[in-house]
Amino acid sequence: MSIFFSDAPRAAPASLGRRVLSQGRYEAAAMLSNGEQLVLMIVMPLLGLIALAVTPILDGMGDSRINIATPGILALSALSTAFTGQGIATGFDRRYGVLRFMSSTPLGKGGLIAGKVIAVLVALSIQVLIISVVAGFLGWRPSGVGIVLGLLFLILGAGTFTALGLLIAGTVRPEATLAITNLGWILLAALGGIVLPAQKFSDTMAGIVEWLPSGALGNAMRAALLEGRIDIFATVILCAWAAAGTMAAVKWFKWN
Amino acid sequence: MKRIISNISLQANFGQVTALLGANGAGKTTTIECAQGLQNRTDGSITLLGEDPQNASATLRARVGVMLQDGGLPPAARPVALLRHVASLYSHPLSVDALVDRLGIGEFSNTTIRRLSGGQKQRVALAASLLGNPEVLFLDEPSAGLDPQSRLMVFELIRELRDAGKAIVLTTHLLDDAQRLADYVYIVDKGESVTQGTVPELLSESTSAQSHRVMTFEAKPGLDTAALSRSGITCEQTRPGSYRMSGSLEPADLEHFGQWCAAQAVMPTSVHLASQSLEDVFLAIAGAQEQSGLTVEGNKQ
Repeated sequence: MSIFFSDAPRAAPASLGRRVLSQGRYEAAAMLSNGEQLVLMIVMPLLGLIALAVTPILDGMGDSRINIATPGILALSALSTAFTGQGIATGFDRRYGVLRFMSSTPLGKGGLIAGKVIAVLVALSIQVLIISVVAGFLGWRPSGVGIVLGLLFLILGAGTFTALGLLIAGTVRPEATLAITNLGWILLAALGGIVLPAQKFSDTMAGIVEWLPSGALGNAMRAALLEGRIDIFATVILCAWAAAGTMAAVKWFKWN
Repeated sequence: MKRIISNISLQANFGQVTALLGANGAGKTTTIECAQGLQNRTDGSITLLGEDPQNASATLRARVGVMLQDGGLPPAARPVALLRHVASLYSHPLSVDALVDRLGIGEFSNTTIRRLSGGQKQRVALAASLLGNPEVLFLDEPSAGLDPQSRLMVFELIRELRDAGKAIVLTTHLLDDAQRLADYVYIVDKGESVTQGTVPELLSESTSAQSHRVMTFEAKPGLDTAALSRSGITCEQTRPGSYRMSGSLEPADLEHFGQWCAAQAVMPTSVHLASQSLEDVFLAIAGAQEQSGLTVEGNKQ
């Protein structure tokens, strides 16, 4: 049996790209095989999309229901996957020592985070595909420019919410992460300007919500996909949240 | 800032099993997690294969295997799939199938980790730590939760790794494990290394040294053993029906013991005589520390 140890090649890491891709594939498979995550990632956004398309909530806002609803639901997908789903998974990984073990392998801390980002992007791609197809059947016809801008904002939003999710997962107990990210999802989805434009409620509320990452992403997505333009203010706000969230996560994230 | 460990200076050599022995909470895990780079030290220096583990490169991490006390395994994963993933992080990993076979993981390969027993999880964690064929191996309480058969399997594997030239650092609170496995032992108490040496050295350096013997016997509970004690010999009931005589036992003491049994009309169901064990050394040291009222304040080193 000593052939395992004395005759084996000298220990060495796989290439950086292979390590990160392998971790991304592993994390994505774990995410997509989790029933609760699938409900959060696919079922709830689809129910939201259909509800907004068949009820008069979005009537009188200058465009068809499905055209207004779809950008917000796509933004909600980024919130679901990057913030709630990834946050909860990371919180429990931290509890069970998975973060410590994996960071002791050649993957390291940086590779572990990169793998999580890849998993979020893979899951988000699947969400975008499914939601877009369903929205297409319901009459959604975005412009080419809108699609390109929308995808860029989705990636920026996913990065922002991943940083915020990791910040929570790395600083509080997993049970608290579960509560905070789920409650955050409900509040931001309902009132955070991500699904419904905040103007729908009041100008005062719109003035507050546009400073939130949810409101900024929702506004940026609607500007991109409804009008084919970049909402500069929303972009700046989103970038500021991304930078602040990343710096805070780097500073305060605890691995054990 | 609360200081967890201080005044610990240890060295682990290739081809040796180095054990950190101490009670729960003594600082063993903190010590090796600093050595692995998993915890940041506030002072002192650590060199692991020529590098500072606090900023370990991927190459250094590949050369070091780590088995955490709590396993560090994702509960929803299945053992073999997880091991294949960990293997993919190395350029020339050991054969997953061979390790699975060697550690008997195949019998529960399709069970999620959350449903495994403590011993089964330990075996998966050990396999994960070996996948890269590391030169240095940190094992935190490797035999915790193992059934006797698995324990023997793990011990045999550790000896084989040592014979293959690996440097193995393990922590244990089980004195028997240290006595059976370790080439060199550091006894850690309250965050300090209080003594060190090979097992024979630790036994011989103890104050009562060569003449110290321990005799244990089983008999009916509640016997008056005062007559068995004398200067240098103590006898106590360790639990109902179990008695322990220790000290500089001489042949005359055995004769006296026989006479005492006859006088008490006691027929022991078992009698066992042994030289001083590592447990005696450990208890003597722990007792001395307790009496000195030592307070630990220092830096992680």
